[in-house]
Amino acid sequence: MKIHKSVIFLASAIVLSFLATLVEHRLNPYYFQIIIYIGINIVLASSLNLINGFAGQFSLGHAGFMAVGAYTSAVLTTGLFSSVNPLLNIPLFALALLCGGIVAAAFGLLVGIPSLRLKGDYLAITTLGFGEIIRVVVQNLDFLGGARGFTGIPKLSNFFWVFLTAAAVIFTISNLINSTYGKAFTAVRDDEIAAESIGISSTRVKVTAFVTGAFFAGVAGALYAHFVTYINPAQFSFLKSFEIVVMVIIGGMGSILGVIFSAVLLTILPEVLRTMAQYRMVIYSLLLIIIMITRPQGLFARRRFGKHKAILKI
Amino acid sequence: MRKTLGVLAVTAVFIMTYGCVANENKDEILIGELGSLTGTTATFGQSTHHGLELAVEETNNAGGVLGKKITLLVEDDQSKPEEAATAVTKLITRDNVRAIIGEVASSRSLAAAPICQQFQIPMVSPASTNPEVTRKGDYIFRVCYIDPFQGEILAKFMYNSLGLRKAAILKDVKNDYSMGLAQFFHETFTALGGSVVAEQAYSEGDSDFRAQLTALKAAEPEAIFVPGYYIEAALIVKQARELNMTMPMLGGDGWDSSKLLEVGGESLNNTYFSTHYSVDDTSTAVQNFVAKYRSRFQEIPDAMAALGYDAGLILFDAIRRAESVEGPAIRDALAATENFSGVTGKITIDQDRNARKSLVIISVADGALKYRETIQP
Repeated sequence: MKIHKSVIFLASAIVLSFLATLVEHRLNPYYFQIIIYIGINIVLASSLNLINGFAGQFSLGHAGFMAVGAYTSAVLTTGLFSSVNPLLNIPLFALALLCGGIVAAAFGLLVGIPSLRLKGDYLAITTLGFGEIIRVVVQNLDFLGGARGFTGIPKLSNFFWVFLTAAAVIFTISNLINSTYGKAFTAVRDDEIAAESIGISSTRVKVTAFVTGAFFAGVAGALYAHFVTYINPAQFSFLKSFEIVVMVIIGGMGSILGVIFSAVLLTILPEVLRTMAQYRMVIYSLLLIIIMITRPQGLFARRRFGKHKAILKI
Repeated sequence: MRKTLGVLAVTAVFIMTYGCVANENKDEILIGELGSLTGTTATFGQSTHHGLELAVEETNNAGGVLGKKITLLVEDDQSKPEEAATAVTKLITRDNVRAIIGEVASSRSLAAAPICQQFQIPMVSPASTNPEVTRKGDYIFRVCYIDPFQGEILAKFMYNSLGLRKAAILKDVKNDYSMGLAQFFHETFTALGGSVVAEQAYSEGDSDFRAQLTALKAAEPEAIFVPGYYIEAALIVKQARELNMTMPMLGGDGWDSSKLLEVGGESLNNTYFSTHYSVDDTSTAVQNFVAKYRSRFQEIPDAMAALGYDAGLILFDAIRRAESVEGPAIRDALAATENFSGVTGKITIDQDRNARKSLVIISVADGALKYRETIQP
C-alpha cells in the first residue's frame, strides 16, 4: 500500500506541475519567481534533510554540490547544446539536469568516502572546506568565467522541471526511508555503534545518503542556473549552505513534511518583509530565534510523510 | 501556549506587512532603486542611495519632472545576485516603476539586467564596470566608465605621463573587477611598447603579501600596478615600502576610500590611482555637490555617492527630454544623452550604452590625496 500511495503522489505531482506550466505565463512574474525559488529550495532542503536529518551527518557543503551541478549543466547547455536543433532543447535540458546531478554525486562520493569516517564536528568542517574549495577552484577557472561569473545561460527552468524535481526528491526520500535499507539510515543516526553491532556498514549507509543528497543538490543547482541565467562563485559561498541548514533545522530534522514547509516559509518570509527595508533581515532573524525558542525540535518534529503520528520521541 | 505564541508572532508579521503595494498616482513618477543596503558591499549601496536621495530631493524641490514628483522605491538585495533578480522583478511587475537605478556591483547588475530588458524598463547602473552588463540589452545603461577604459588609461598614464617601461602586476584573483583591470592594463601597456616583467596574484582578505612582493622585486619593475580594493592595496603598498621597494604604484577606482590613507599612511607616497571624481576638484559642479551632500548627510561624498547622484540626474533629464514616462521613450532619450554635466564629468552615452566620460587621476604625496589631472576619453 505504501508504495502504491507514493506512486500516486509522484504521478499526480507530474500532472500538476505540467498543468501549472501551462498557466505560468499568466502569473505575475514576481510571484512566478518566488514560486520557482520555493521549488528549488524544497529540493535543496529535502536533499540536505536526507544527510542531516535521516542519516544524522552534519554536512555544511551543500552549496558546493549546488555549484557543481550549476556549472556542469551551464557548460552543457551553452556550449554543447546550442549548436543542435532547438526542438531538442527540452530533452537536452533534462539531460543537462541529470548530468549536473551525476557530476555532483560523483563529487559527493569523492568527498564522502574519506570524510564520512569522521563524525560530528569533524565532518561539518570537512564538508565546509569542500564547499569552499569548489568555490575557489571555479573562481580560478577561466573557461567557467572565473570570478566574473558565467553569463548567457538560457532560461529553461519552469514549473514543470522544478516541481518534477521536487516531487522526485520527496518520492525518493520517503521511499528510501521506508525501505529496509533506509531503516539502516535512522539506525546509524540514532546509535552508530549499535547499528554496526547488528551488521550495518555505517560508512556505506552514510556515503549512500551523502551521494543521494549531493545528486539532488546538483540538480537544484542546475535548475537555479537556468532560472537566474547568471551564476558566479560568490553565490555558492558557505552562507548559502547555512541557509539550507537553517531550513532543515527550522522544519525539523528528519521530517519530510516539516522541511518542505520551512523551505516554503523561509522563501516567502523575506519577501513579505520587504517593506521593512534595511530592518528586514533583523526581523527575519528575530523570527528564526522565536521559532527556535518555542519549537526547538523544529516546526514539525520527526514525522513521516503521510503519517501523522510521531515515530520517534526523543 | 508557546507554540501558539510562535505561530501568532509569524502570522502577525505577515498580516502587518502584506498588501502594502505602492501604486503610482497621477502626480508622481515611480522610480525603482536596486541597492545593496545590507550584506558584504553595504557601504556601496548606502553611498549610492544617499547620492540618489539627494538628486531626487533636489529635482522635486525644483518642481519635479514633467510637472510630477519623483518617488523613489528602494529595494535591498543583500548583496546577492538572486535577491537582485527577485527585487527587480518585484519593482517592475508589482510596483510598476518606470525605470530602475542600480545595481552598483556588476554581478548583481548582470542578474537584474535581463529582467529589465524583458519588460522594456530602462535600467541605469551607477557603477557596474564589467563590459558584459550593457551587452544584456538595449535598455541597459551605465554612467561610469568600463574596465577596459580604465585599464587602458592607467597603462597610458604609466607609459606616457610617468615615462615608465617595465611594469609588474599584482592582482586579486578572487575579484572579477581586479582581473578585468589587470587584463586590459596588460594588453594596452604591451601594445604601447612597454613590458610586463612579472605578474603575481593574491586573494581578497589576505593580509601578508611579502612573498608575492619579493618575487616581483626580483624582476626589477619600474612600477607596480595593483588593481584591487583599498584594504589590500594599502597593505600591499605598506609592505612593499618595508621591503625597500620605492617605485611608483598604481591602482584603479577600487583604491578610492578614506580607509586607504588610514591604513597605508605615509608609505602611500608616490602612488597614483584613477577614480570618478575628486573632492578637491575646483569646478563649481563638484564643489556644490560636496557642500550639499555634507550638509544633508554630515559626511564627505565618495565616488559611489557622486555616481548615484549622476545616475539619478541623467535619468530625470532623459524623462524630461522624452516628455513621456513610457519605457521605450525614456530608453531613446537616455541613448541620446550627450555632454550631460554631471559631478563625475561630462557624460555622453555611446552606441553601446556605456558612458564616455573623463577619468580623474589622484596622486598621494606627503600622506595626503592630491588631485593630479583629469583625462578626457
